[in-house]
Amino acid sequence: MDVLDIARWQFGVTTVYHFLMVPLTIGLALLVAVMQTAWYRTGKPQYLKMTKFWGKLMLINFAMGVVTGIVQEFQFGMNWSAYSRFVGDVFGAPLAMEGLLAFFVESTFLGLWIFGWERLSKRVHLACIWAFSLATMASAYFILAANSWMQHPVGIEYVNGKPQLNSIWELLTNSTVLAAFPHTIAGCFAVAGTFLVGIAAWHLARKHRNTPADDPDRKVWFASLRLGGWVGVVAFAALAISGDLQSKLMFEQQPMKMAAAEALCHTEKPAGFSVFAYGDVQRPDCENVKSITVPALLSFLANSDFDSEVKGIDQLVGEYQARYGANYPVDPRLGELSGRPIDYVPNLPVTYWGFRLMIGFGAIAAAGAAFALWVTRRGRVPRSRWFAPAALLAIATPFLANSFGWIFTEMGRQPFVVAPNPTGVDGVWMYTAQAVSAGVTVGEALFSLIALTTVYGVLAVVEVFLLRRFVRAGVEGVMPPPADPPDPSKSDALAFAY
Amino acid sequence: MDLPVIWFVIIALLWLGYLFLEGFDFGVGMLLPVLGRDDTERRVLINTIGPVWDGNEVWLLVAAGATFAAFPNWYASLFSAAYLPLLLVLLALIGRGVAFEYRGKVDSVRWRRNWDRVIVIGSWVPALGVGLVLSTNVFGLPLDARGDRVGSAFAAFQWPALLGAVAVAGFALVHGAVFLSLKTDGEIRVRARVLALRVAPVALLPLVALLVLVQWREGFTWTVAPLVLALVAVVVALLRLRVGREGQAFAGLGIALASTVVVLFGALFPDVLPSTLDAANSLTVSNASSSPYTLGVMSWVALFGTPAVLVYQAWTYWVFRKRISTAHIPPVHVP
Ligand code: HDD
Ligand code: HEM
Ligand code: HEM
Repeated sequence: MDVLDIARWQFGVTTVYHFLMVPLTIGLALLVAVMQTAWYRTGKPQYLKMTKFWGKLMLINFAMGVVTGIVQEFQFGMNWSAYSRFVGDVFGAPLAMEGLLAFFVESTFLGLWIFGWERLSKRVHLACIWAFSLATMASAYFILAANSWMQHPVGIEYVNGKPQLNSIWELLTNSTVLAAFPHTIAGCFAVAGTFLVGIAAWHLARKHRNTPADDPDRKVWFASLRLGGWVGVVAFAALAISGDLQSKLMFEQQPMKMAAAEALCHTEKPAGFSVFAYGDVQRPDCENVKSITVPALLSFLANSDFDSEVKGIDQLVGEYQARYGANYPVDPRLGELSGRPIDYVPNLPVTYWGFRLMIGFGAIAAAGAAFALWVTRRGRVPRSRWFAPAALLAIATPFLANSFGWIFTEMGRQPFVVAPNPTGVDGVWMYTAQAVSAGVTVGEALFSLIALTTVYGVLAVVEVFLLRRFVRAGVEGVMPPPADPPDPSKSDALAFAY
Repeated sequence: MDLPVIWFVIIALLWLGYLFLEGFDFGVGMLLPVLGRDDTERRVLINTIGPVWDGNEVWLLVAAGATFAAFPNWYASLFSAAYLPLLLVLLALIGRGVAFEYRGKVDSVRWRRNWDRVIVIGSWVPALGVGLVLSTNVFGLPLDARGDRVGSAFAAFQWPALLGAVAVAGFALVHGAVFLSLKTDGEIRVRARVLALRVAPVALLPLVALLVLVQWREGFTWTVAPLVLALVAVVVALLRLRVGREGQAFAGLGIALASTVVVLFGALFPDVLPSTLDAANSLTVSNASSSPYTLGVMSWVALFGTPAVLVYQAWTYWVFRKRISTAHIPPVHVP
């Protein structure tokens, strides 16, 4: 293993892990803000209980999102210093803006929200959770703008062998981020919606099969389930629409990624959409791949035209070699890749199956949400035994869909870390192999990978353990039972304390 | 003044904000087993920083992010060359952040004791590590012409930098004790003050030594002024603490820290990261900075962003300005 492989594994492991926490935080933040607004407006106790319960789960998850995010911010410099030097003039700006304009708001107003229940007026306190929620989305926008620039560099000129920013506006309104942002945010709501449905369904099915409809706790779970169900269904619709938009952009901006997503080896006109392939997807010549296709659908996805041509891998490899060179530059830092031919074909099984698993798991999540809405129509409570466990299990599906979406996006970009923009400034691209830190030793990088992975593994167990405890305890776990008379000697006790 | 110089100053200010704010956070964490004799007392300590520690930590992220944006070469060389200390800082910060949030979530002595350990280690290690990295940055690293470290993974662990590590940790310890005397009430407040007075002469000594060493090896004539100011501020702070003026003592330590940052970054200028191999390899304010356009954009962002941050963070401290004591701690209520 060399530093490059280790650094790639570390980036993949830590970022996918970070992105398990991120969507739950982003999704729950807005839903908790909505719940608290409902309480503020109506004063109904079930909305307060919902706010407290889901808010607590959000906090348990948030802590992990924060600490894993710090690693992201540092590892560009630690493992990818050549990358940071090459793109710093452009890429650093959105990262710094994320910190200054989003993370400060996030952390400060969340602190105010957690500890401010009795210290702030109800109105100001409500404003704090809204500020938090909006800041989580702002942070997503900035970081996605940075990521989209790597997929499709814009707003730059080429000076002294490096990209130099000449329009921050173009960077922030990159067509790629305008499509990726709604898609990613919708993915966050798919997570939050399914999370609500799963947990609420479990409580309803377990404890409230026979409780009267006006039981306050039953109302909590019922309202949560309906909210989550609708959020899940709408999020999936938004994912499909924005995803279609992304496909069209990808077809223009990274045609090789598109071909890899479809394992489309030869140019076709019209091109069919492969639903399922069997045989050996590994090989770019597709000798023995058979697949079940929907005729002409890929042409439509790529071009909104059922008749158009979609380029296959074999043709694209030639075009890429002609435009971007056939061999890596001769440079001792590239190690054994120095001067060798460049393999422009991304890892086909990963991209092909990543794309399908993203859509597939998302579809399962959406079907589950729709089913949950159906069985709870007009106040019914499902009586089937397997409803609760199935709903709990379904919580995993949108998490998986998100992870596969990212793995597909990032792996499909290889061998580039900054993909060339076919209509942009010439010369601006970077191979992943050139991006890694030259001074870092294998020992350091390996120690880092092992240490972080171990710590992340342990913390995953702890987080799931805590979430489970609070989920099981339900509303009583987060609100002291009203039977306890308040202790008069402690009248100024903190309403919330660690 | 041109833009790269302004950004050099802004980055120094971001580090100052970070060391000041998270400095006392770290101190509180370090003192957890010393000043918190039972669980309720430890909860008092943690709750003095409960609402603010995360916001304080963001100063570190923004210092790093701003360095990336304004001086990409500095960010790239420092972070890859000081790999091991930064990794230890990261691991410690991961544990610490999670520990604050999770410690009270299960009502078990063992559970809490383990997380308390994580908080203590998670406060010592980053204080030492950040001190190490910042002072290594002043004394220089073995960088080649491309800005990559040559030589061993332990290049950052040189004795002057180790002194810097102890200096920052010692400062954080005293700063945290004074902060606690300012934010708590009852017995803890008294204990915190007594402890601050007792340990300060020893704990602040490395900081003084660091300042003198930096001045001697890298300083300019003008950096003597902030150096003297730092020493005076430390003495005044301790004198004020003795007569029970905790707020003034806290402010005094703040002035001492600000002067220290001025000495460190002043001695560094016009380099941002010297190379110990060859002065020609050193990264400087002009050869490591971003283009004027990027710096201009960042200046506008900072011009509007920073005042807003200062206002709402100050407001948070105002909202939670009350001293807390064991009487304020609610009973444990967890599943
Ligand atoms: C701001 C930039 C940025 C952002 C927002 C993301 N990535 Fe990325 N990703 C990179 C910047 C990057 C990178 C620095 O460019 C890497 C490192 C090596 C590489 O090839 O690209 C990368 C690699 C990389 C890899 C390994 C690919 C490989 O080595 O072949 C995976 C699996 C992911 N990323 C996954 C993600 C996930 C789950 C993200 C969601 C949070 C994500 N990326 C956001
Ligand atoms: C690889 C690039 C990324 C970097 C460098 C990065 C950096 C960070 C950092 C430093 C934090 C901690 C902030 C704090 O202390 O409050 C954080 C948290 C967060 N990040 Fe990331 N991040 C990355 C990817 C993403 C993506 C793609 C998204 C969203 C789509 C995202 C959304 C968030 C959110 C919402 C938080 C708040 C905490 C939480 O997740 O629970 N991040 N990130
Ligand atoms: C329903 C049909 C869907 C389509 C057509 C679709 C399409 C796409 C495409 C084309 C990309 C790659 C963009 C690029 O690399 O340039 C992408 C990325 C992604 N998808 Fe999907 N997607 C769908 C559903 C989902 C679902 C259900 C989820 C999660 C719940 C999801 C989560 C993601 C994520 C997290 C990414 C990476 C971030 C990004 O590039 O936006 N997608 N999707």
